[in-house]
Amino acid sequence: MAITDAPKILTSRLGFEDSHTLERYLATGGYEGLRKALNMTPEAVAAEVDAASLLGRGGAGFPAGRKWSMLRQNPVTYLVVNGDESEPATFKDHMLIERDPHQILEGVLISAYALQVSQAFVYLRGEFALGLERLQVALNEAYAHGAVGADIFGSGFSIDVVVHPGAGAYICGEETALLESLEGKRGFPRIKPPYFPAAIGLYGEPTVVNNVETMANIPWIVTNGGAAFAALGAGRSTGTRLFALAGHVRKPGNYELEMVKTTFRDLIYAPVLGGGIRGSNTLKAFIPGGVSAPWFGPDQVDLPLGQDEVGDAGSMLGSGSVVVMDSATCVVRAAWRITKFFSRESCGQCTPCREGSGWLERIMYRIENGAGREEDLDLLMDLCDNISPGVAWPPQQTTICVLGPSIPSSIASGIRMFRDEFLVHVKEGGCPFD
Amino acid sequence: MSHLSADIRQRAQELVALYPEPRSALIPLCHLAQEQDGWLHPEAMADIAELCGVTAAEVRGTASFYDMLHIEPVGTYVLSVCTNIACLLGGALELLEHAESVLGLRAGGTTPDGVFTLHEAECLADCDRTPCVQVNHRYVGAQTPETFDALLGDLRSGALSETVPAHGTLVRVRRSVGLQADRSAIVAERAQMAEAQAARAAAGASGGANA
Repeated sequence: MAITDAPKILTSRLGFEDSHTLERYLATGGYEGLRKALNMTPEAVAAEVDAASLLGRGGAGFPAGRKWSMLRQNPVTYLVVNGDESEPATFKDHMLIERDPHQILEGVLISAYALQVSQAFVYLRGEFALGLERLQVALNEAYAHGAVGADIFGSGFSIDVVVHPGAGAYICGEETALLESLEGKRGFPRIKPPYFPAAIGLYGEPTVVNNVETMANIPWIVTNGGAAFAALGAGRSTGTRLFALAGHVRKPGNYELEMVKTTFRDLIYAPVLGGGIRGSNTLKAFIPGGVSAPWFGPDQVDLPLGQDEVGDAGSMLGSGSVVVMDSATCVVRAAWRITKFFSRESCGQCTPCREGSGWLERIMYRIENGAGREEDLDLLMDLCDNISPGVAWPPQQTTICVLGPSIPSSIASGIRMFRDEFLVHVKEGGCPFD
Repeated sequence: MSHLSADIRQRAQELVALYPEPRSALIPLCHLAQEQDGWLHPEAMADIAELCGVTAAEVRGTASFYDMLHIEPVGTYVLSVCTNIACLLGGALELLEHAESVLGLRAGGTTPDGVFTLHEAECLADCDRTPCVQVNHRYVGAQTPETFDALLGDLRSGALSETVPAHGTLVRVRRSVGLQADRSAIVAERAQMAEAQAARAAAGASGGANA
């Protein structure tokens, strides 16, 4: 079977120029899943999502069905959709929001029905100006179509959806920070426990928070059945997933691939996918799941694109973003820039993260710019150890949220895989790639 | 005296009505105020505070946390040049250097004529078109130093005014309808929680007095 043979669950409409319009959506089976769901019991709809074994597509990979079942034991008050996509090099939700907003809305409406909530918020990253407009147009159309509002499609079920803009803060992708932000506050992650907003969510009420891509899968699951979804992929990683391929490949882009059945090698090198490394260079390293993830080397390209498979190999599939670095890449500069990102985006609540990220960034900067010392390598690892004891994977945590323990990933990977390159920077008093 | 215009205030009230608590509209209202002024004027923050039922300091405290909310004036066009990992690998540092040199400022600065503000951005989620640039949060595609110069020219001449409104206008599409579903259950529960909270606060206050 070819790597592109799996059904297109998320990207079936993207070949159409007008994929974002209601007209196109209805002409391609749109809102049929919602109509079907409204003729089922909420429990039966939830059971289909359970049967699909859909892992959340935001980054943590928690089973969506289980998140829902925690809530079905209590009356759920709110459904909140996390569209604050900001993990560096992740751009799948951006595409789904701009190119197929109705698919997301239909997922939200079906989920709201299964959870029996009457108000849903879609929190979109503020920088998605076009996405915010496209989703608002789609929502207006959906209200006029009778798919949202009072007594939708004559079912007796009523639901309102509000599109809510963020204002530029990576940390608001963390679900409790997102809820704080949605309450009109700074995006400070909440102290755990409780671990899930299912217990105490928006305004202290039971809330379910799901990612945009997770929602986009729901219409297909209800239409085709959870078993059909679970038949794709392998192990715990079922269905297809959007992989955002970026960096030094010939054809960067979003690719919807069947989980586990495809490898990083396929994604990076297959002519119909990444098309291989740019120019005549070779692969130096790649980041398998967003910049919070530890890096992999060329000897790991044959790993399958599965959550547990990547986890067992010491990293994570995370947000589904794969960054490819070729042989001409300075890994010190790459790791420095990632560290600078964390330093800028730390919310400042926890000392190890707030202080540690800044110290790490400054040390990385001086190594890259020729003022580094050999003992800086140990100092970096010691600081990483203060943020995440043991600097292992999965990481230990000294902070309220997982931003802290994500900081050491790039530095520790860089030092462990390319120690000599760091030392060349120190000994030559500058970057050899300049 | 309201700093926000009658139209903006009307739209603000419509937004407040969408949420179970007025405070939730704080960030959307900050965007609205920026639509009026291009940035968050202190008097606009006072109006937002009143509309959301919080203090002006709370508005400022929230706004100052977020990159897109500007508590000081910015240019008509905010140029966000991403230099995060995917763009870095695509030559973003060179592009940023070029932008600083042609605009005659460092990232974070505004040109003396108030037209351009240059912002070194974190990942903007458009990583297959690098280096990625947004103008007023609208994607303009991968840029080279040459296309960047042309972009500045187009912005100055108004050639892009259709696609890129002045800074502050984030969403040009308005919500067509208010809330439709019956919210009485939510409203009743919110009232109950507020009552319980007030009772706890009162109990806490009297406890403190006894001690």
